[in-house]
Amino acid sequence: MTRNDIIEQVNGLLSEEFEIEQSEFAPEASLKETLQLDSINLVDLIALVQMTYQITIPVEDLHKIQTFNDLYDYIEQHLPA
Amino acid sequence: MERKVVITGCGIWSCLGTTLEEVRQSLYDGRSGIQFSQERKDAGFRSALCAAVPPVDLKPYVNRNFRQFMPEEAQYAYMATRDALASARLEQDYIDQHEVGIIYGNDSVAEATMRSLDKFRQFGSTAACGSGAIFQSMNSTVTMNLACLFHLKGINLTASAACASGSHAIGLAALLIRTGMQDCVVCGGAQEANMYGVASFDGIQSFALRDEDPTRASRPFDRDRNGLVPGGGAATLILESYESAVRRGAPILAEVVAWGISGNGDHISTPNVAGPARSLELCLEQSGLQVKDIGYVNAHATSTRIGDAREAQAIAQVFGDYRVPVTSTKGQTGHEMWMAGASEIIYSMLMMKNDFIAGSLNFENPDDETACVNVVPETRAAHFDTFLSNSFGFGGTNSTLIIRNI
Repeated sequence: MTRNDIIEQVNGLLSEEFEIEQSEFAPEASLKETLQLDSINLVDLIALVQMTYQITIPVEDLHKIQTFNDLYDYIEQHLPA
Repeated sequence: MERKVVITGCGIWSCLGTTLEEVRQSLYDGRSGIQFSQERKDAGFRSALCAAVPPVDLKPYVNRNFRQFMPEEAQYAYMATRDALASARLEQDYIDQHEVGIIYGNDSVAEATMRSLDKFRQFGSTAACGSGAIFQSMNSTVTMNLACLFHLKGINLTASAACASGSHAIGLAALLIRTGMQDCVVCGGAQEANMYGVASFDGIQSFALRDEDPTRASRPFDRDRNGLVPGGGAATLILESYESAVRRGAPILAEVVAWGISGNGDHISTPNVAGPARSLELCLEQSGLQVKDIGYVNAHATSTRIGDAREAQAIAQVFGDYRVPVTSTKGQTGHEMWMAGASEIIYSMLMMKNDFIAGSLNFENPDDETACVNVVPETRAAHFDTFLSNSFGFGGTNSTLIIRNI
């Protein structure tokens, strides 16, 4: 899976799950602000990544994922071989 | 001093319609809301019948993050409550400035619980349950969601009393208003209509066996009844003190005259006669009315052999020589369970307000045990100003309400 594949798939999933148009997404935009995440529904982002990519994001890693690019990076780095 | 309790608004989401006018017409026409479900048949149900409850699309009304908290029954309850508040002319501005409460009947969250725990087990992670799972899978999901969505700041309580839940919710709300503890309470009952909520109920062989003839399967009091048909949806009533209603210039539809309660203290699923009879007697005693003042009885009768027979005997015992007209709207709706005690108040009010009694659908012949009550088989014109509604539930929980026209 190329990075572009990941970006395309992740944007599609996020748009569908959080009901936000992809046109509002930008690589350096804040995930929390763009997707209107709070401390409770942040777990839906974690669940989405886990169920789609079998990647578990530990709580201590969450602070590393602030922007869309951070999320693409994290998935790219942790995709099962 | 005790205060008069009135009903100022109603809303419903049921297999008979999603507006009061649709439901009134369905009642009058004797239309059945029951269907055959291939999904249930394929899944292994003994009885594949259920009510056809329209799905809800909440997207135009509730944002995504809040919808995550709302299982099916809360969605039905939202739609019913939205309409009830509008019909009571309870604007958000008024609610924001007053202490409006909520007491709603609900007694299962099966599908929501199952789906979240399936994800937990499949992915081995609690996060996989999702953000809404905890709020969806508590019995109080309806009241917690609606109280937040409509900014209700009065009592916030779920009544869980099996198939009497909705009736107890109304009775409790009326009690709090009567004693002056609350001025206005949103109340009602909700019932999930998916198959998971009733799979175990089907398992104990309580459901009607007439898959080939769905609309004739639910037949309360009839000689050939062989079980209930599960239904669902939600019904909301706005209860208010008479003074509050007058002060607001609200439409005053009817009065909640009295509530009667009792427990059987007996078998978990098989009702007796004494328990239900005491509920009726207490309700009548509280009302100060005579049995002949009751123009119509909306029975609990679910179309089970023993339940209908015991209720018929309880009604006959309490009403004596007076053969009060009796029907069970469950012939049309199936058993709306946690919702039934509330929806059946609305069904009966629609009849009372429009001068008819909807015939007890599929009642063709009584048996030896149900012949003691005067079941109305066909829809007929009838004027009545006061009715009594029964709701009984597993564990022997009984609730009776008397409502008077205004």
